Order: sequence, then C-alpha cells, then structure tokens
Amino acid sequence: MKQTGLAGGGLVFALTFTTACQKQAGPPGIAPATASVSPNVYVNIKNNGMVEIVCHRSEMGQGIRTSLPQIIADELEADWDRIELIQALGDTKYASQNTDGSTSIRNQFDILRNAGATARETLIAAAAASWGVPATECVARKHEVHHEASGRSAGYGELVEAATDIETPEQAEFKGRDDWQYIGKPFDTIDGFDFSTGKAVYAADVMLPGMLYASIERCPAFGGTVKAFDDAGARAVAGVVDVIKMPEPTNPPVFNIQGGVAVLATNTWSALKGRSALEIDWDRGRNGEHESVAYRKALEDAAGTSGELRLDRGDVDAAIADAASTHEGVYYAPYIAQAPMEPPAAVAQIGEDGSCDVWACTQDPQTAQANVAGLLGIDKTNVRIHVTLLGGGFGRKSKCDFINEAAWLAKETGKPVQVSWTREDDIRHGYFHAVSAQYFKASLDADGRATGLLHRSCFPSIMSTFNPAAASPAPMELELGATDNPYGFENLRLEAANATAHLRIGWLRSVCNVFHAFGVSGFVDELAHRAGTDPKDYLLQMLLPARKINPADDGAQYGNYGHPLEVHPIDTGRMAAVVEKVAEMSGWGRELPDGRGLGIAVHRSFASYVAAVAEVGVDARGKLVVHELWTAIDAGTTINPDRVKSQMEGAGIFGMSIALHGELTTKDGAVVEGNFDSYPVVRMSETPSAINVHIMDSDAPPGGVGEPGVPPVAPAIVNAYFAATGKRIRELPLRNAGLT
Amino acid sequence: MAIELSINGQAHSLDVEPDMPLLWAIRDVAGLTGTKYSCGKALCGSCTVHVDGQPMRSCVVPVSSAAGREVTTIEGLSAEGDHPVQVAWRELNVPQCGYCQSGQIMSAVALLERNPKPSDEDIDQAMSGNICRCGTYTRIRAAIHKAAGADS
Repeated sequence: MKQTGLAGGGLVFALTFTTACQKQAGPPGIAPATASVSPNVYVNIKNNGMVEIVCHRSEMGQGIRTSLPQIIADELEADWDRIELIQALGDTKYASQNTDGSTSIRNQFDILRNAGATARETLIAAAAASWGVPATECVARKHEVHHEASGRSAGYGELVEAATDIETPEQAEFKGRDDWQYIGKPFDTIDGFDFSTGKAVYAADVMLPGMLYASIERCPAFGGTVKAFDDAGARAVAGVVDVIKMPEPTNPPVFNIQGGVAVLATNTWSALKGRSALEIDWDRGRNGEHESVAYRKALEDAAGTSGELRLDRGDVDAAIADAASTHEGVYYAPYIAQAPMEPPAAVAQIGEDGSCDVWACTQDPQTAQANVAGLLGIDKTNVRIHVTLLGGGFGRKSKCDFINEAAWLAKETGKPVQVSWTREDDIRHGYFHAVSAQYFKASLDADGRATGLLHRSCFPSIMSTFNPAAASPAPMELELGATDNPYGFENLRLEAANATAHLRIGWLRSVCNVFHAFGVSGFVDELAHRAGTDPKDYLLQMLLPARKINPADDGAQYGNYGHPLEVHPIDTGRMAAVVEKVAEMSGWGRELPDGRGLGIAVHRSFASYVAAVAEVGVDARGKLVVHELWTAIDAGTTINPDRVKSQMEGAGIFGMSIALHGELTTKDGAVVEGNFDSYPVVRMSETPSAINVHIMDSDAPPGGVGEPGVPPVAPAIVNAYFAATGKRIRELPLRNAGLT
Repeated sequence: MAIELSINGQAHSLDVEPDMPLLWAIRDVAGLTGTKYSCGKALCGSCTVHVDGQPMRSCVVPVSSAAGREVTTIEGLSAEGDHPVQVAWRELNVPQCGYCQSGQIMSAVALLERNPKPSDEDIDQAMSGNICRCGTYTRIRAAIHKAAGADS
C-alpha cells in the first residue's frame, strides 16, 4: 500500500507532504498513469493499474487511514499492494468528515462498502461491455475482472477507458462477511514507516516561502478583552516582524477567534520571545471572577437540591420514604483538558486570486472550510483545507478556532502565516471538559438491595459554547451515560440541575460519559457493598435477565448516538457478557497479595459495551499503583483488530490520567495550570505491567471504538482502591487524596 | 551571529540568536521537522535529539551550547529507516498518532546504546521523560525489548 498526499495545491510543500512509502509494498517499475476514472468520490482507478482510495476522515491515531481503505479495497476486490491512499481536502461532496464521536465506522461502514462495491460493479460492467457479455457472467477478483465462461480477464488498469462510459450505480450489493479478505484483519498501520522516521507531516511542519510564524497572547479569563497594549518590547526582539491585535471575542464563542494580541516573526522562537515582551492591560470580562473552589460548592449544592426531571420510572420518592435504609453520595470531577501531544496549529495562505489554502490538524475540515469562507467573505469552493496528520485530537481539534486565527492573520498580513499554540495556550485556552457534580441517593430494602435510585447531574453545558443562554445540561449530554442507565432499579429518577458556564466548554474523548460512568459505576459499586454482594455478581444481578432498554418508556428523551434502537439496542445481555468476560480474564475472585484489590466497571457508550477490571495496590509510600488492567469490548463488527486493541490500550492510559491526575482549577477567571508539571498525565513509570484486551466476537453492526474504552477505567480503579483499602473515593483526581 | 554545528553528519552554519533553543534551530532554520515541540520545558521528551551521542531535550538546550557538536535527529538515525529500534516500532505497530514517537525512538536508542539489555525497570526509568497521550507505553516497552533482542 502506497500513500500519496494532497489532491490539489501544487506548492513546494506538496513535495514534503507526499509520503511515498518506498519500503512498503508496490510493484517495482510501475509507469506513471496517463488516464484515470473515478466511479465515485472515494475511488480513482488509474490506467497503470494503481487504485487511489480517498480517506476523507482525519487520522489522529485511531488508524482510520488504515481501516478505511481496508473496507473500500475489500469490496472493490483491489490488490492491497496496488492501492495509493489520498487524504481528502475538506469538501461537502464527501460524507461527513467530522471525525468525532467515534463515528467513522459505525456511521459510515455502509457508505465505505458502497464506495468499493459500486466501483467494483463499474469495472465489471466495463469489462462486460467491452467483451459483449452479460455483466452477471463476470466476477471481480483481486484487481481483475474475469469472464469464466470464455476465460477472458482484464486488470483494473486496462478497464479505465471502457469504465469511463459506464454509469456508476448508486448502490451495489455488498460482499458477505464470509468473503471478507481485508475487513477483520490486523493490517499494519499505513503510516508506520513515516511515524518511525520523522517523515510524518503535522500542521506545524508545514513551511511555505515567506511564511510568518505567529504566537498569540490571549486573555487569561475566557471572554475578556484587550484594554490597551504596549508592543515596543515585542517589536524590539530580533526576528519579530509585526504585532497585530486579534478580533474581539464573541459570545457565544462557537469556533470564532477569541481576541488577544498576535506577534508575527520569521521563526517560532522570535515570536515566543516577542510575545513574552508584550505588555497587555486586560479587561477580564464577564468570567473574570470565576473561581473553581467556590464553583464546585455551587455545583454540589445545586446537585444536592433539585433539578429538572429528565427520566422517571416508578416512584423514587415513595421508595425512599418506604426504604429500610438509604445510601447517598456526591460525586465530583473537575475540568480537564484534552492535551494532545500536538498543540493546535494551522498554516494559512491567501493566493493572488483571493482563494485560501489551509493546512491544519483538524478533525472537521468541512466546518473549517465553511468557517474560513465566512471569515474571509469568499465562496467555500475557494477554501482548500488540507488535513495533515493529527498529533492526537481527543475532541480538541474538531473546533477550528485556531484555523480561523491563521486565516485571519494571513489576510491581514498578505503573507502565509503559521499559528502554533504553546502547551500553556492549549491548557489555558481550550474547550474544556465540563466540571461536574452528581448526587446519588438509593433506597435499600431490609436485605440491603437497592429498590430505587435518584441521580441528579449538574454541569455547565457544551451548549453554552453555541448559545449564551444555555444554563442547563442538554438532553444530548445526559444521554451520555445518565439517561441510558442499564441497571434494574424498580424506581429510577434522573434530574438535571442548572449551571452557568464560565469557561469555554467542549468535548473530550467520550464526553459526559467520563463523569457519568465515574458516578454511576462508582455508586453502583457502593450499592454492591451495601448489599454485601460481590461487585461483579451485583452487576450481573442488576443487568440480567437480558433485556433491551428504551429510556422513552420512562419518559426520557434519548437519541441513542444517532441510531435507531432496533439497530443498536441498549442490550443488558451484551453488557453482562463483557462483565463476565473481563471477570474471567482478570481471574476475578482469586486470592490477592495483601493490600491489593480488584475493581470492576462496565459502561455502554457510542453503541459499544466495555467492561474493565483494575488491579491496584498501595505502595510503601502510600501511593496508588495500578498493577494491571483488563478490558473486554463488544463493538459489534470491527475492521482492524490491532487498531481496536491499540485504542483500548490507549484508553486505559487515558482513563488512568483522568483517574489519577487530571484537574484544572481557576482563579480570577483564569486556568491556573499550564504545562505537564502542573497538569500531569500518566507516564511510562505508572503504566501497568499489562493492559489486556479482549475483543468480543460479534456480527452486530459496528459500534464506536475510539471513545468507549475510556469511561469504565476511572471507576474500575476507584472501585479497586475500595476493595484494597475500604476507602471510598467520590472525587477525581486521586492526586487530591494524596494517592499519587 | 553564525552558529556552526553538524546535524546528521552535515555541517550547518545557522544565522540565529545564541539563546534560540536547539529545537527551533533544527525545525525552523535547518528545516528538519521530525523533532517536535510539545511542552517547551523539558517535561515531555518530544523534542529529544542526541548531542554528541547524548539524549537531550532540545527545547531547553540553547543552540549556542550545541556549537561545534554533532547533533543527531530522528532523520539521521538511519539512512533507510532501518535502525533496529525503528524496525521494532513498526513490527509491533507502536505509534498511534505518531507525534511523540520521534522523541520516544531517540530516547530508546540512547537507552540501548548504554544498556543493551534493559529490564522493565530500566526502561521505565529511561523512558518516563517521554509522554505519550495516545498511551502506547506497553508497546514501547515491548518494542525496546524486541530491539534489544531479548524475550519480552
């Protein structure tokens, strides 16, 4: 499989972006093509026999640049060694390019199969037409069409001319899964050679002639403005070319530029030095007093008081009134940042014709295209968003604010501009995962069994980023781990308590599932212990007998991640199955060394089911050690098992960072933390001896893979800590309990 | 002011301020972008290069202190990308997003040069300065063992 770079944009940079994997397969001495045919926007057949497959989704480590062509090439019956991968520009001719929400396969599996299948049928029809035989007598097999009856065959390259006259069908029949050659196989990552040799190209690696490097000083408080600034010191720095005030912040922020002062220079270092020499007088604005300790109290008070009814089963008030005893607790989780290793960066250039080229680490190039077009006042067909590899995304890079910054500065200066964010910029000016407080109260019978549960969730809503009046958790947010409570509580009530946002709120890998799973799975573990039941057995009691849950039965709104429940049910049987599997994998119930404990948690998100077990202990210094992790995932039909396994390994570490370390605090409206010293993340030294992954065998439709591994990890760790020590922790990060 | 140094065996004369961190001299001036910025404070290891064979965080090394020295970046590790560490990285499909991996590989190479058969503890100690947000640590450990020729 070879990969080439851009479609369009013949600049000097095109050479560096062409990542020709000479070391990977490809027939030697292949002549350049002189003609080609595109049966659809995802496939281009060249008359030298090479087949271009377009990847329209962004690669941020989840392996879509490998699994997507596996699907298309399989249906197409293309030889894997004669595929070239093209990264698509942002263009609405493709299906959604918003690589977010673990949707690439679960939403577009059939689109991708159809792209391969309709291209295949086009080639078959072309061969049949050129031979004067019925297409039904022809078959496509490994880059050739055969007419068995006459023994004739033609390679795909030979069929290009004839295929030009064939009208590609809208829809074609898919292969049966028994005939899959590539789907389901652990192919090596397409970009492996480039990753291991420094050839992989990320946004800040893009260099254009005459390009200026820009670094922007932004108001410490969200929504604040520049009152005055003195740039004499900045302009005196060698290499600094200009200092420009950015457009004022908007409310709501959406993806718009949020103000500040930009320093432009001939290299990154001069821009950074110039920026640190700026003297700026800020008006901290409407959020200038935001202070996270007081805000926590407000959230916890609100969660403990009352909220708007969102789901109601049975009569929780009566169950509590009649209960032999009750159990309650408040779960708190702080603001956290995505902190991908590559901070946001974008390069923009306005051409002489007024059109704009952007190179950026964007998860959503179509929205970036529309944003830049609007910003520059040009038609979006004149905006070319070139999607580089992303050095991690986790949701941060769906938001194109940094792209708007680069495009605006390119227009202002008339020069190509690279905007790169520092780590401090990334930690302090993000779209943060919402801080949250959740109140739980359960009614228990005489045996300690839970008969009812009240769950009240309180957090500033993502909607505040789009609507300044938004002050309560949106249905779409509660659907992420609260509304879809799978447990067999006879009485269940979900409420949402209001909170006003004072930071820019966004989404981070698995979104509200992070804190909802922490709360629900932690509290259910507490209920297991109250009932005197082994936690794994308790989960199975509460999930079985297997049933399919419809939150609408309890009056709740539930979008099911965009799927009909008939296609992707909330199936407690599948949840129980991953619980049983992970228990078996981890040797649940075995004798453990002194001071160690096992904890278990299960969570459904993005239409997949994941159960996790953590084995933790406390070392001689009293610090928590995660010795080993086990996870079992049911994601229905999967494409590349090694990429699924790597996502689950990575989610284990990502979830550990959430459990152990992640916390942003605010003072005077500003995020206090700024780099990996004050905002630590898990390192090699904390990594478990093994992260064991099992992918459940399933023919069910594909569920998400990128995010579902995250939610059960923190509760599994907290539950394991309880098992080891008898201490229940209801707030993250564990660092605040002195455990790191 | 011209700083003279060798990068990957090639002489460079860089017209830069002496306090410019080596990272930016390598990237913006010498045009070698395989070495990455991620923290700027020697907290994450993405910028790791070798200076006279020693692993250093180039984001905090002033270019002036590299004057007259031999700098090796990821691009210079091997002509064909076939250093045993690079090969092991590919065999185990270690990278996910790939951004931290230049630094990971440079740190791993330095470890193996001084300790050809490291234990897991040796690896943790040598590699804990390199952060990976994608969480590839278990595969990095395995790849280092593989490159070392040891059984994992």
